[in-house]
Amino acid sequence: MRKLALPDEILLSIQQPARYIGGEVNMCVKDPESVAIRFAMCFPDVYEIGMSHLGIQILYDMFNKREDVYCERVYSPWNDLDQVMREQGIPLFALESQDPIKDFDFLGITLQYEMSYTNVLQILDLSRIPLHSCERGEEDPIVIGGGPCAYNPEPLADFFDLFYIGEGETVYDGLLDLYKENKQKGGGRRKFLELAASVPGIYVPAFYDVAYEADGTIASFKPNHPAAKETITKELMVSMDDYGYIEKPLVPFIKVTQDRVVLEIQRGCIRGCRFCQAGNVYRPLRERSLEYLKHYAYSLLKTTGHEEISLSSLSSSDYTDLEGLVNFLIDNFQGKGVNISLPSLRIDAFSLDVMSKIQDVKKSSLTFAPEAGSQRLRDVINKGLTEEVILEGAREAFKGGWNRVKLYFMLGLPTEQKEDMEGIALLSEKIAESYYDTVPKERRHGKVQIVASSSFFVPKPFTPFQWATMCTKEEFLERAYIVKDKFRQMKNAKSLKYNWHEADLSVLEGVLARGDRKLSAVIEAAYRNGALFDSWGENFRNELWMKAFEDCQIDPDFYTVRERSLDEIFPWDFIDAGVSKEFLKREWKQAISETVTPNCRQRCSGCGAKMFGGGVCYEDKN
Amino acid sequence: MKIRIKFTKQGPMKFIGHLDVMRYFQKVMRRAEVDIRYSEGFSPHQIMSFAAPLGVGLTSNGEYMDIEVLSTMNSKTMIERLNQVMVEGTEILSYRLLDDSDKNAMSIVAAADYLLTFRENYKPRDLDGFFKEFLEFCNRPQILITKETKKGTRELDLKPLIYQAQRQGESVFLQVCTGSRDNIKPELVMEAFYRSRGEVYPPFAMRIEREEVYADLGEEGSRRLVALENLGQDIE
Repeated sequence: MRKLALPDEILLSIQQPARYIGGEVNMCVKDPESVAIRFAMCFPDVYEIGMSHLGIQILYDMFNKREDVYCERVYSPWNDLDQVMREQGIPLFALESQDPIKDFDFLGITLQYEMSYTNVLQILDLSRIPLHSCERGEEDPIVIGGGPCAYNPEPLADFFDLFYIGEGETVYDGLLDLYKENKQKGGGRRKFLELAASVPGIYVPAFYDVAYEADGTIASFKPNHPAAKETITKELMVSMDDYGYIEKPLVPFIKVTQDRVVLEIQRGCIRGCRFCQAGNVYRPLRERSLEYLKHYAYSLLKTTGHEEISLSSLSSSDYTDLEGLVNFLIDNFQGKGVNISLPSLRIDAFSLDVMSKIQDVKKSSLTFAPEAGSQRLRDVINKGLTEEVILEGAREAFKGGWNRVKLYFMLGLPTEQKEDMEGIALLSEKIAESYYDTVPKERRHGKVQIVASSSFFVPKPFTPFQWATMCTKEEFLERAYIVKDKFRQMKNAKSLKYNWHEADLSVLEGVLARGDRKLSAVIEAAYRNGALFDSWGENFRNELWMKAFEDCQIDPDFYTVRERSLDEIFPWDFIDAGVSKEFLKREWKQAISETVTPNCRQRCSGCGAKMFGGGVCYEDKN
Repeated sequence: MKIRIKFTKQGPMKFIGHLDVMRYFQKVMRRAEVDIRYSEGFSPHQIMSFAAPLGVGLTSNGEYMDIEVLSTMNSKTMIERLNQVMVEGTEILSYRLLDDSDKNAMSIVAAADYLLTFRENYKPRDLDGFFKEFLEFCNRPQILITKETKKGTRELDLKPLIYQAQRQGESVFLQVCTGSRDNIKPELVMEAFYRSRGEVYPPFAMRIEREEVYADLGEEGSRRLVALENLGQDIE
């Protein structure tokens, strides 16, 4: 029987001991002695969140296909265990072998959201790996970061040895080969970093120097080592079918956030919403073939035993043969105890027909993401959805028996005026009215319920809004109150509900999203002050961060409310994410002039992603 | 067709709570492609029920669940097929056919066997003395405790609910009343014993393992315990 790192006394005194014992279905078992490379793959949040992440499952499967690599998992110990580990001096361990992380060759940490940065330090700290890359020795693992936040890795530059920019499927194999070869030759840590620096997509922060202007902006960002590339071009799979998907996903014992088979149908997006980082950095759109997806739908349900399958993509409605795929799923799995869920679908006749087949209409709600309350502002953000399309979709849905609608908006978007804010309430009201107009009294199942929620807009790198100024906390809340007031005046106010997100958190996210290297000190100070699990509302303590900014003499406003000029050097400019800075500038100007840019299938806008040689850029051109 | 399955819960699986064990077995049924019956309705669920939930932290060599299937292979094949898709710590021990009229395990559970063994750091220095005192305690004519229930507390005499108490090597063997009416957890007996000596039972002092679960086929007044698996027949 496997031995556990934690004794029964601890496991039986903490919440959810199953987070720490491993042993799940499809866990990879290898003899650590028999492999050349031990890789600890980390999602710096609690198990239930980390286990729901598709990217880690893909890499876990891919790494473990290699006989010379044993990839294991590690997640953030929740506050209760964190405290016990510190008190009793227990080092952080991997779930599979239960061995200390410090014994590994690599610690790979995925960076999915900015508010997980203090948890990155928790992982290093509990593993007893020096927090700073420059303090690590030969016995410490190589710490490598990846994921969407690696598109601006600079706030974490001090803590990582390497960053992997782009999709993990492509160059990890080569990187691991280099490591193995270097280790066999007795090459050491420094030598490996030099070798890694020449691998496409790999960024070694220590090999770059940043100089600043008097006003705090960047004067220059230059390699200080001959092996370091001037520009790091993101890695991507040119053809999605050329790479395998997960063969045997891990199946956790406890209920996790994503407790189902996740079938990634495509990567990238054609829509070009100007606030969306994923829609920009994952360009170009690349689809998996229907045949590929059919094969994996079968095998994944079989190897996991999950009772639900879900499609994953940024905008499923844009998948070319969505109808074929959905019909396949319904024909083969519907009625066999397998639920089908289809998130991110545009509401139209087709999707409503499908949804009425696969879900209980009375229990489900419709979701629209207009993102902005007025057509003018929707044009600014390039969200193609018009009011007529929303109302038409809603009317069709109401006829089909739905009476609950969820609406997602953002507040604080560039150029936002009072009318745009009030438009959130007006649009919600119109949808409510359309219910009473469409559904005759005798066919109504109670009142219509409309829940509108708004998040606060955070400008992200590699989007046309990377130049935008962000609202202060006070401005955010003021805007939320304006919307709330307007909701109160609506005739159907009783059918409408409005809520908004935490403003402090959004401001901090804004600081870190467009931050530079100077912020490493702030993150460390916040962690030392006790900040942890910041993305968990009940754990977030803004004052710990404010004190950290003060102690480091760094003004958070510099990163959020400051006006950025078009020729400013951004901390992430050394990365080539495919979309060119010229394109982003064009789009920023188009936004200000309230002009819509057509999607990739309507007309190419020359974003730059065509250079990768695949995807939607070459559709119908073979 | 009704099927009764006996399985173990060992090692790290002891940290998996009852609801998660149920979810685990639902997925096992799918992976093993057991032709299990589903309920009707918009969200059909597998017809599956468990005999007696096991507390987190306890291991077991005798857990039971009943399922209904539309078709099945013989017991040996099904046991192999199920074990192939399970994780270390859970193992199917038997797969037996019940009569259609048989009641499900949950409703007929009457007793269970437990083995309690001291963890190394908690072992009494005078183990013989401990057993002597403990067995004397179990032989008292009445063992009154206050049991906490959902409605509050109630006075309960443990004595008639402890069917057997013995020493087995360095372990305590207990057979106690189990089921929906008077469900006696083995810790309850140890807690009562420590309290009778003016001490508090340390929560992690003993490893507890369930060995078997029984139905009572006895007539009024007499007890005739039969292991749940013995109510079914192997499928040849």
